[in-house]
Amino acid sequence: MATIGILGLQGAISEHVKQIEATGQKAVIVKQVDQLAELDGLILPGGESTTMRKLMDRYGFIEPILQFAKQGKPIFGTCAGMVLLAKKVIGSDTAHLKLIDIEVERNAFGRQRESFEVNIDIKNLEQPFKAIFIRAPNGERAGKDVEVLADFEGKIVCARQKNILVSAFHPELTNDIRILEQFIDMVEESLKTGV
Amino acid sequence: MEKLIATDAVKRGMAQMQKGGVIMDVVNAEQARIAEASGAVAVMALERVPSDIRAAGGVARMADPRIVEEVMNAVTIPVMAKARIGHIVEARVLEAMGVDYIDESEVLTPADEEFHLLKSSFTVPFVCGCRDLGEAARRIGEGASMLRTKGEPGTGNIVEAVRHMRKVQAQVRKLTLMNDDEIMTEAKILGAPYEILKQIKEAGKLPVVNFAAGGVATPADAALMMELGADGVFVGSGIFKSEDPERFANAIVQATTYFTDYDLIGKLSKELGTAMKGIDISRLPQAERMQERGW
Repeated sequence: MATIGILGLQGAISEHVKQIEATGQKAVIVKQVDQLAELDGLILPGGESTTMRKLMDRYGFIEPILQFAKQGKPIFGTCAGMVLLAKKVIGSDTAHLKLIDIEVERNAFGRQRESFEVNIDIKNLEQPFKAIFIRAPNGERAGKDVEVLADFEGKIVCARQKNILVSAFHPELTNDIRILEQFIDMVEESLKTGV
Repeated sequence: MEKLIATDAVKRGMAQMQKGGVIMDVVNAEQARIAEASGAVAVMALERVPSDIRAAGGVARMADPRIVEEVMNAVTIPVMAKARIGHIVEARVLEAMGVDYIDESEVLTPADEEFHLLKSSFTVPFVCGCRDLGEAARRIGEGASMLRTKGEPGTGNIVEAVRHMRKVQAQVRKLTLMNDDEIMTEAKILGAPYEILKQIKEAGKLPVVNFAAGGVATPADAALMMELGADGVFVGSGIFKSEDPERFANAIVQATTYFTDYDLIGKLSKELGTAMKGIDISRLPQAERMQERGW
């Protein structure tokens, strides 16, 4: 059984815990940097990226998460998590972790009243996935090493680069664990190769 | 591939993204920027904070749209705004302006003393106050996508927020232990929609996020509300009525995230300066009690 951490500073944390437990893996809410050592994979949940970044700085999470990624351990970011992982945030001087070669725009689909849900096709999934977009970001551009797993209205909304997985929408707000299962596969793969 | 807006998942989900965070009352762009920089998950744009509404007296209405607009332009985090209870047009105006959440709020003078807004008919999601499960379930029945247990706003006194958080939690626990054949009578006693109570019983929890609000004046107050099971905290007058709003805001954000780290809360509470002066609620004339507004 793999141990998956959820960065527990703010946001939809319990939703991810519930989903991880539904896949039969162990979920840990991460509030302290030293908890990262016990994890096989890490999720950066949906929430407010500005708030999370502020707390990540204050509690020294940036460098340890970069190290975590460098060890080859998988990280999955949903919505705010995607913003935190992106190499560039359009209209802002401060990108955050810069772990995936993608340029994101925050609130790209508009404000809350423009938020929506839609069934989209995702690579490697047979049936469409109900994607819930809430003040969501999108990927405007991706580097050549990034595998785009889903796009919507011409924007990148789900992508992977090596051990980093991102989605602009919130799988944690549904009962559908298929994307999480793909992440668990990444984690199990990394455990097998002994990174 | 049809795009659906304003579904329950989209409206309630927005509040789920705010969990573990602090939503701060602000009256201008400068305060909004301080709130955002200190880690607020959203700001509530107001013309006056509750303690000033109390002091000013008279009718408290939706903020001047210029203030709301100024705040929306100043920050990238979500912006909420308050409309009077039952004031359909104030709510529609705020919706048209594009605010991210509307608080149908007892802090403002009610426009309707009998009916609340039919919030399910709006695209924008709503947060409403509650003092017990009956009020909570009625608001959910009308379409509220988020709740906040009511305190007594603008008093700097946490006692009412605690009372109502405990009450709602206790009533949810009681409901989950009931037999199915007891729910209808409970619905009658609480004045709550039967279907909503059934959902709560089955899920074992409220179907929407529930923050604490009203009277949070210190980092320890915020942590207390989290300890009691709040999903997050609204801070009104507490921050910008304190001596050093920036430090105060930072401290409240951290105390909310690390609400069981008492060493940290101790440190955060050192040298914060004077918190807002509180009001003993028993000395507050009934007509001035905001929490009792809402039906």
